[in-house]
Amino acid sequence: MITSFLLKGFDRRVTFAVLILAVIAVAVPCFNLYLPQNHPLHVPTYLVQLWGKYAAYAMLAVALDLVWGYCGILSLGHGAFFALGGYAMGMYLMRQIGTRGVYAHPILPDFMVFLNWKELPVTWYGFDWFGYAAFMVMFVPGLLAFVFGWFAFRSRVTGVYLSIITQAMTYALLLAFFRNDMGFGGNNGLTDFKDILGYNIQADTTRAGLFFLTVLAVIVSLILASAIVNSKLGKVLLAIRDAESRTRFIGYRVENFKVFVFTVSACMAGIAGALYVPQVGIINPSEFSPANSIEAVIWVAVGGRGTLVGAVVGAVAVNWGKTWFTGAFPAYWLFALGALFVLVTLFLPKGIIGTLSSLMARRPAPAGTLNPKPAE
Amino acid sequence: MDLAKNSLLYLDGVAVSFDGYKALRGLSMVIEPGEMRAIIGPNGAGKTTMMDVITGKTRPDEGEVLFAGSTDLTQMDEAAIASLGIGRKFQKPTVFESQTVRDNLVLALQGDRGTFATLFHRLTGREATRLDELLETIKLQDRQNELAKNLSHGQKQWLEIGMLLAQEPKLLLVDEPVAGMTDAETMETAHLLRKINETKSVVVVEHDMHFVRELGVKVTVLHEGAVLSEGSIDHVANDPRVIEVYLGR
Repeated sequence: MITSFLLKGFDRRVTFAVLILAVIAVAVPCFNLYLPQNHPLHVPTYLVQLWGKYAAYAMLAVALDLVWGYCGILSLGHGAFFALGGYAMGMYLMRQIGTRGVYAHPILPDFMVFLNWKELPVTWYGFDWFGYAAFMVMFVPGLLAFVFGWFAFRSRVTGVYLSIITQAMTYALLLAFFRNDMGFGGNNGLTDFKDILGYNIQADTTRAGLFFLTVLAVIVSLILASAIVNSKLGKVLLAIRDAESRTRFIGYRVENFKVFVFTVSACMAGIAGALYVPQVGIINPSEFSPANSIEAVIWVAVGGRGTLVGAVVGAVAVNWGKTWFTGAFPAYWLFALGALFVLVTLFLPKGIIGTLSSLMARRPAPAGTLNPKPAE
Repeated sequence: MDLAKNSLLYLDGVAVSFDGYKALRGLSMVIEPGEMRAIIGPNGAGKTTMMDVITGKTRPDEGEVLFAGSTDLTQMDEAAIASLGIGRKFQKPTVFESQTVRDNLVLALQGDRGTFATLFHRLTGREATRLDELLETIKLQDRQNELAKNLSHGQKQWLEIGMLLAQEPKLLLVDEPVAGMTDAETMETAHLLRKINETKSVVVVEHDMHFVRELGVKVTVLHEGAVLSEGSIDHVANDPRVIEVYLGR
């Protein structure tokens, strides 16, 4: 009884979140573009940009919650998939600059001219075409996750060991992308973007459009993730999270399920990164830094692990706090983040959404309930 | 070789060692189709290791393990062996605690275990009927929508047996099914296992001699990784070697 109630509540939760997000996706760009500057509801462009960034983070959080909350894979390297998606988009944006760069080279981006390179590296072929770049945004993180997952999950690496090697993976990529001869702009990364699909990247309308698309992407990923966790495969994922070897003895190939969900999640994170880059105007190797991935884990923990909607709430709430805090006390953000993690673990172990929904479940049970005992 | 051909499960000279410790040393045993067999033995006799070898968790260093006379189990992994029709119940009841009783059974129901088959799976009418039958067998109809963690210890054991049955196995391996159960639950479990044995072969590992006597089946006594004695409960109970192993320490 309790569970069917919870299950219904869960579906209601995602629907509710999707409705709110849909309103935000439409309202914010409209209030920005069509209301006069002095109108009380006018949303300034800098906020559209900032909230668009939060939305990209929210999508990364949903991707992470799918693997951590439902399958127990604590990835401390999800920022790597986000950054790879971001780099794929950045490469497209670099190729769009064309002759408008400082060195006005028709093909080579500025940093390659500066390094005295004569021709475009093979890795950059095709990135002038948006369709190819959009494909690579999902394909590269997906492929890395598939290959990484194939080896890690087949060798039955689990728990803290898996977390450590995901961390090592993102750190290795950080070091690799710092190198100039990798051909991705070294420590400066990719920046000075001019336009995307022919629209000026600085224009208010483009920013509003990117915001709309990013929130739309959050909605789609929420629905997709929710569909996955509500399917029979979702039950298998929970089974793996709670009793992995038991799941094997029932006849499920645990590693295949893990590879599947890890790859889907990485593609999602890649898209989030690709939507993030045009809004912040830069992608550099620091996006691979392990701290970013750990921060994403904290968003999910704060919002409520294994609730999907909580991931969105946590990502927005923590980043909002970060924006305010780094403005007010710039030197102490990392301490605040650490304290937040400790406090949430101690006093709010189910996160914001998890706590809210168990409070709701504790209300008087409806008539016909056999056992009105709370779930815990 | 006839012995192997007509058997459901055939172990011959199975040896396993962990870092020099010999858990199994030349274990040989034959389970006939439709048989129920009880396996007893003191701690460290190799009962759990034997289960691990049969279900693919541990690969033997030596020896043959054949299922249905011809399938070599030593070359297969857990999932493949489970889909062959060998179900295993663990000593400690391991049900999926954060899921409902019914969902636990849905997970165990026989069917395509592929990743995409499960992603797009929809419960058929036949599966729903089967679920209702199983819930009735394990007497948990009234609690089917409750989380498995809210069940009592005995009910968890039954749910786990129900999950085994849902897999439609040909052979059930049951590890200490009555550990921690009340007397009434123990009797109920013996009854349940006998009922299951009407259609399936069962191997029960148990410490509880009272329960083994209640089952009334052929008994194999393991000691130090090999078979010490085999026969009816009265036969093994009077075997001087068995008495020495159980009482002589």
